Amino acid sequence: MSFLTTTEWAILGLSLKVSLVAIALTLPVAYALAWLLARRRFPGRMLLDALVHLPLVVPPVVTGWLLLVLFGRQGPIGSVLQDWFGLSLTFRWQGAALAAAVMALPLMVRAMRLSIEAVDRKLVGAARSLGASRWRAFLTITLPLSLPGILAGAVLGFARSIGEFGATITFAANIPGETQTLPLAIYSGLQIPGMESEVTRLALLSIALSLLALLASEWLVRRSQGSRAHVL
Amino acid sequence: MSFDIAIGLKRGDRSIACTIASEAKLVALTGPSGAGKTSMLDAIAGLLPPASGHIRIGDAVLFDSAQRINLPPEQRGAGYVFQDLRLFPHRRVQANLAYGMSQNSWISVDEVISLLDIENLLDRWPATLSGGEAKRVAIGRALLSGPRFLLLDEPLASLDPARGKEILRLVEQIRDELAIPILYVSHDASEVARLTDTVISVT
Repeated sequence: MSFLTTTEWAILGLSLKVSLVAIALTLPVAYALAWLLARRRFPGRMLLDALVHLPLVVPPVVTGWLLLVLFGRQGPIGSVLQDWFGLSLTFRWQGAALAAAVMALPLMVRAMRLSIEAVDRKLVGAARSLGASRWRAFLTITLPLSLPGILAGAVLGFARSIGEFGATITFAANIPGETQTLPLAIYSGLQIPGMESEVTRLALLSIALSLLALLASEWLVRRSQGSRAHVL
Repeated sequence: MSFDIAIGLKRGDRSIACTIASEAKLVALTGPSGAGKTSMLDAIAGLLPPASGHIRIGDAVLFDSAQRINLPPEQRGAGYVFQDLRLFPHRRVQANLAYGMSQNSWISVDEVISLLDIENLLDRWPATLSGGEAKRVAIGRALLSGPRFLLLDEPLASLDPARGKEILRLVEQIRDELAIPILYVSHDASEVARLTDTVISVT
C-alpha cells in the first residue's frame, strides 16, 4: 500500500515478527511460572517471584547487558547455543525477540497469575472427585477459566514488546533490516537532522499499532466471556 | 460393611476425630456448624489428607495410614454433592452432567434426567439456575460419575421448605432405589431422623 514506504513496511514487518515470536515463546513459559507462583508453595518461591519481576524494575539497559553476558558468544548459554545449534543471538532479530520476550515476561506473568488465582480451587477439587486426573482437571477447569488472563497477558506482552527499546539496543544492537524495530528506527531518525517527517510517520504508526492491540484485547476478552455474559 | 471409617484430622490447631462403622445404607453425620463435618467428607473424598486412621467403604480401602494406602480423589469413586455445589460456570448444565461420566457407569443419562426432572435445564448456564435447580444438577452430576458411594453435604441448605422437601424425597428415592451407601451431613436432627436411624455426631 502507498501510505507507507517500502522501508516503513520493512520496519513494521520486523517489529511484528520480533514481537509475535517473542510472545509465542513467552506464553507457555509465563503461564507455567504464573501457575507455579499462584498454586504452589515451595522453597525459593519468593526468589523466583523476584527473578521474574526483575526486568520490570531494573533499567532495561542492565537487562540488555545481562543478556549479553549470558547469551553472548562467550556467555554460558550463548556458547552452548552456538556450539550445539549454530545459533547466534547477538546482532540478530532472534536476539531482539529474546530481549522483547524477557522484558514482556513479568507483565504476562502478573496478568496470568491474577486470573489463575481467581479460579476457585474448589472447582478443581470437584473435578477431581468426579474422576478427573490432575492434568485433566487443569486442562478442563483451570486453563479455560483463566483464559481472559492469558489473553490480557498476551496483549500486554505484545504491547510491551512492540515498544521495547533499551534491552534490545544493548543486546541486539540497532541494525537496519535485522534488529531495527519501530522504536529503534524512531531513535535513529531523531539523530539525523531533516528526518522530522519520517519520525512523525513512524511515531504515528507506533501509536496506531498500540491502539489496535488494545482494541484487540478488549474484543478478545469480551468474546471469551461473551457466551456466558449474554444469558446473565 | 458399607462404612468403616476411623480418622483423625488436623484443621489448624484443632483436631477432629470421627468413627463410623455401619451396615446402614444411609448414615447421617450431624453436629454444630464448624464441628468439622465438611472436613470429614473432604477427607473421605480425598481432598483433605487425614492425619491417621483408615477409610473403607464397601469392599474398597480408600485410605489406610498403617498400610500407606491413599487413593487420589479421582480413584475413590465418591459422588460428592458439595454444600456450595461447585457447578462449573463455563459449562452448560449438559456439559456439567457429562463431566464425570464414564463407560462403566451403572446409571444412564436418561435415568438421571428423569429421576431428577432436569430435562428442561440441559441448555442453561449454571449461573441462571435457581437454588433448587442447581442442587438437582449437582446431584445428577455426582450420580452420572457412577459413584461407589454418595457424600451429601447439607443438601437442604439455602432451599425454601417446599424445595427442601422435594430434595429430601429425592434422597429417599436414591436411598431406596439405588444400591449405593450414602453419607448425609446435616446440622438438623429432625431432617436426619426422617432418613435414617444411624446417626453419628461430630463434636
